[in-house]
Amino acid sequence: MAIDKKLLKKESLDQLFSRLKSSGRSILAPVNRGEQIFFEQVNSPGEMAKDYIQTTLSAKGAVFPRCEELFSYRFEAQEVKLEDRKSEPKPTVIFGLRPCDAASFAVLNSVFTWDYQDELFKSRLEKTAVIGLSCKKADEYCFCASVGGGPGETQGSDILLTELSSGNYLAEIVTDKGRDLAALAPELFGPAPAEDKEKNLAAVAKQFELKTLNAKLSQLFDKNQLWVEQSLRCLGCGACAFVCPACVCFDLQDEAGRKGGVRLRCWDSCGFSLFTLHTSGHNPRSVQSQRWRQRLMHKFAYMPERQNFVGCVGCGRCSRLCPADMNLIEHLKEIAENRE
Amino acid sequence: MTANLYKPYLMRIEKITEEAPGVRTFRLKFVNEDEGKNFSFQAGQFGLYSVFGEGESTFCIASSPTRQGYIECTFRQMGRVTTALARCEEGSVIGFRGPYGNIFPLPDWKGRNLLFVAGGIALPPLRCVIQNALDRRENFKDLTIIYGARTVADLVYKHELGEWSKRGDVKVITTVDPGGETPDWKGEVGFVPAVLEKAAPTSANTIALVCGPPIMIKLTLPVLAKLGFTPENIYSTLENRMKCGVGKCGRCNVGKLFVCKDGPVFTLAQLNTMPPEY
Repeated sequence: MAIDKKLLKKESLDQLFSRLKSSGRSILAPVNRGEQIFFEQVNSPGEMAKDYIQTTLSAKGAVFPRCEELFSYRFEAQEVKLEDRKSEPKPTVIFGLRPCDAASFAVLNSVFTWDYQDELFKSRLEKTAVIGLSCKKADEYCFCASVGGGPGETQGSDILLTELSSGNYLAEIVTDKGRDLAALAPELFGPAPAEDKEKNLAAVAKQFELKTLNAKLSQLFDKNQLWVEQSLRCLGCGACAFVCPACVCFDLQDEAGRKGGVRLRCWDSCGFSLFTLHTSGHNPRSVQSQRWRQRLMHKFAYMPERQNFVGCVGCGRCSRLCPADMNLIEHLKEIAENRE
Repeated sequence: MTANLYKPYLMRIEKITEEAPGVRTFRLKFVNEDEGKNFSFQAGQFGLYSVFGEGESTFCIASSPTRQGYIECTFRQMGRVTTALARCEEGSVIGFRGPYGNIFPLPDWKGRNLLFVAGGIALPPLRCVIQNALDRRENFKDLTIIYGARTVADLVYKHELGEWSKRGDVKVITTVDPGGETPDWKGEVGFVPAVLEKAAPTSANTIALVCGPPIMIKLTLPVLAKLGFTPENIYSTLENRMKCGVGKCGRCNVGKLFVCKDGPVFTLAQLNTMPPEY
């Protein structure tokens, strides 16, 4: 499907939002909350955060909520009644998603549709459209270019906006979903501007070769020294997994009342010591170095082999937010360059 | 399987058997008879059994798919969910999700001898295969069961072991650890690996299925090797902490393989290529 290039004027955003809303869609966009930025429901472009590199949390909660009701149960005498969740997800547009985050939905999808189909996730993904926003700036934590992405990549966006020097946007209409969105306000999308997209993108250098990293990792499972050294600072707090747009690991928990309750699916992290703990007390990953190894191997070795996707989009949130200054780029470079 | 991947079937506990201290077998019937009629599984597969309000626990399906109308599971009371399960009575309704996992490739074993070596609470994963093989007895040559537990009281499926021993077409050797025998114990006394070595079953045209606590497996494998079994012909099952059972929650992996999807049945040849992450 060829990408349609159009011009979207900055002053048209208000109208666009209003058309999206009247079509019954809710809009999630980055909003300032003190020093942090989260994706929240907005009504107008004026509410959006300006001039930032990346949001604090990813937008994965739109398709994979932090706590999702799987079903409810009710006790009636000797019987149990189960009910699917009552509400259907509402059509949503995520506005202002960076290309790295946009690419992450395909990664999540590769797990949730691996043989067994997770209809809860699929129904949310199907009802979600992405109007992405290219990156004019990057910081030292960004490494999208090292994992097959880039500051202006269209993969995962239904429409990708790139801010031009005039302040208006190049709008690339990438998918059928994007075409449907543009059709809500066709007069707002003018003929393609002449200005070059590339000169409006941040420069993100490649930090390591993914193929080399992958080949090295396949030899490194038993090299305990490497994993111990890399994870010395790791607290096992799980923040990296929570902010990561590509982390999928989850827990199933019952929230119980006297007469019934719900079963929930909640975000979890392989970094937690309890993650793999057997009831007997045995733990196959009993020390943090093994859990750090799992994080890297899962994302950069196992997922590429089993799911055909790298489990990382290079957004850099894990390193930006780590309270112990773990830095994923450094760790990956060390493996790709220095380890046999 | 229900359309909602995480929503269990409702099962009524038809019969509870106290197998050993802390160990019970549940015979379960589908509350919805149509679901029961449409349900099928193969030996080796497992399920996730719910107590609503507490959570789920993972057990193999311990009965044979040749026996219609019910499934069975055997479990030891150890943690939160199994304690809640242990409090259930006949008539209670619990949840069941499954069947998940891969299978013991019984169709490939037609015409071969089957050797079952099990210890303690690890007989249940093999019991589905034993029942299946006995129900299709003409498909297999010699069947040998070597099963041991710490004490006589700890042996599970005591009644069934007696029934199997009475049949003329399967060799059953039961043993208890030294010191675990009672005055009227008629079986062997000794650790399972030693009893296996003494019995010295043939490895020619034989598939060995081994399940037991790690220490038993560790000491049994060299005996099997000595008897001439190759790693491709030795089958075992792995257990790891599970939640989803369908390869998504990221928890049960051993390297790049998931116990819930690529297992729980593995040959020794496969296990030898897998990292020690279980």
